Amino acid sequence: MTVELHHYLILSSILFVLGIIGIISRKNSIGILMGIELVMNACGINFVAFSKYIASDFSGQIFALFIFVIAAAEVVVALAIVLRIYQNKATIDIEEVKDLKC
Amino acid sequence: MTSLPEFLKELFESWPLLGILPVWFYSIVAIFGLLFLFLFPFAGVAVYVERKIAGDIQARIGPNVVGPYGILQWIADALKLLLKEDIIPTNADKKLFILSPMLIFISGACAYAVIPFADNVILANLNIGIFYLLAITSMVTLGLILGGWASNNKWSLLGGLRAAAQVVSYEIPVALSILTVVLVTGTLDMAQIVKMQGPFYWNIFHNPFLFISACIYYIAALAEANRTPFDIPEADSELVSGYNTEYSGMRFAIFFLIEYAECFIICAVATTLFLGGWHLPFFDLSSLTLGLRIPLQIMVFMTKSILLLLTMMWIRWTLPRYRVDQLMKLCWEVFVPFSFACLIGTAFWMVLFKGKGIPELILGLFVS
Amino acid sequence: MTSYDSLFYVFAAVTIIPAIVTVFHPNILYAALSLFGSFFGVAGIYVLLGADFIAATQVLIYVGGILVLILFAVMLSKNIYGMTFQDEKKKKILPTLFGILLLGFLIKLITTVHWNTTLSEEGPLPTTAALGNLLLTEYLLPFELASVLLLAALIGAIILARSK
Repeated sequence: MTVELHHYLILSSILFVLGIIGIISRKNSIGILMGIELVMNACGINFVAFSKYIASDFSGQIFALFIFVIAAAEVVVALAIVLRIYQNKATIDIEEVKDLKC
Repeated sequence: MTSLPEFLKELFESWPLLGILPVWFYSIVAIFGLLFLFLFPFAGVAVYVERKIAGDIQARIGPNVVGPYGILQWIADALKLLLKEDIIPTNADKKLFILSPMLIFISGACAYAVIPFADNVILANLNIGIFYLLAITSMVTLGLILGGWASNNKWSLLGGLRAAAQVVSYEIPVALSILTVVLVTGTLDMAQIVKMQGPFYWNIFHNPFLFISACIYYIAALAEANRTPFDIPEADSELVSGYNTEYSGMRFAIFFLIEYAECFIICAVATTLFLGGWHLPFFDLSSLTLGLRIPLQIMVFMTKSILLLLTMMWIRWTLPRYRVDQLMKLCWEVFVPFSFACLIGTAFWMVLFKGKGIPELILGLFVS
Repeated sequence: MTSYDSLFYVFAAVTIIPAIVTVFHPNILYAALSLFGSFFGVAGIYVLLGADFIAATQVLIYVGGILVLILFAVMLSKNIYGMTFQDEKKKKILPTLFGILLLGFLIKLITTVHWNTTLSEEGPLPTTAALGNLLLTEYLLPFELASVLLLAALIGAIILARSK
């Protein structure tokens, strides 16, 4: 079976679904962050695959680059928040962190 | 412009038996040749030379028992490490403990793929050469942090965390100073970067900013490879041996080997980017015949790299170690701003002088 | 099956299997580590799609940056000397069922839609220069916005993480 566009799309949707499962099933907030990273990777595959098979230019790859930027910014801020919560509450379990005030 | 396997294939085209072999066979030969004929012996000899230099600097004798002047010491060391019992601590995380040296070895060895030893003598002529090298060496951090954690030892853990913080921070000035070279050459391809330079046009003399960023690259890369004066992850007086405290035998040998392999990569990259790669100063090698040119180019490249490597050893045995906070301060308050300034300065230079370097400008004065 | 196809399946396996470990492994450190395989597999997929620059960026940013940060956070947010990284047991059956339903829907969608693919005949083009040109012409505004975003994230993270 030759690899076509829909192979890449199915691969990225598997990755996306795994990320979603990670996001809704983990209690550890860093675990949730990992799920988000998987989702972002799935997005990147989609963009690059569309850029090769449909658009035939590099605009999809540009968007993959922007996804990297956003992933980096997101992970930095999220981990800073996680560490702050850990310093205040000694846990990073999201079910323990319900109050708006730390 | 071809890579080493294709070059070998072309070279042996007319030979009776070797000519019919496919390119991937030559790739395997080239990879194993590089690993076993260059990397392993080189690391061994580098260890011997380093110990001898350390002895000279500290007014000791250094290794002098095995062979004349102790020159076979590295073989004895390698044999000892190979035959030694491989201990995995009881409470260590066994899988990760085994994985960590493998990861470090893979990323260290993969970096050799894009080192241009001579014209056409480069394992993989990648379009994104130097960027690939940055990416693949950034995997080392992961190995260090893993090795430190999996040993289940406070010193190892501290060493691993320190290594990760240090390598991630110092990657920024390294990448920025490489970027200044990319601004000048307009390509990421390692072989192409060397081609852009010549017997007279080394990148380091292109403009004053590039000279500064060459210095920044060299110093920051020292820190990235955890060499003294930036060896806080393995500071022996504080952390015993840092992340590799619990390792013994073959696995320790891999850590040791890759340290020297990485040092050589740093020097080779500095040579390629700033010191004109395989170009001999004031003498154009490209007019020579193939049989004479390739060995000469390799010799020129190795001489430059080894001179840089010897400087590294000299620095190691001369300067005292930095403190953790001083190290971070040096990175974020000195190297990062300066390398940004160099990047912007080089960009302005490229606009003002239409991409001409100082040697070209001086030459232009004489001609007119 | 050409070598391209078999490489695709290899990289797909390298992407998916560690991702499954990431999602279901009870030990959060192992979950973080298996992300490494996943990121690497995605980089391989990018290479297959002819995006070499994106692949190298993927390795540099995800493996060299984000993964190290995540490992750091995992180690700093637990009792690091005790080697206890066990996530609390939580029922994962319902989320998994939901995920399988979602996956079925997506696959159905992907296979029904007629994709108007136009694959150019020439091999992979050098991407780096083209990407640079696009970034500084057509996508200049998003590029500048991304740099502002990164700066904001940098300052925000420093302020958040600094102890009072």
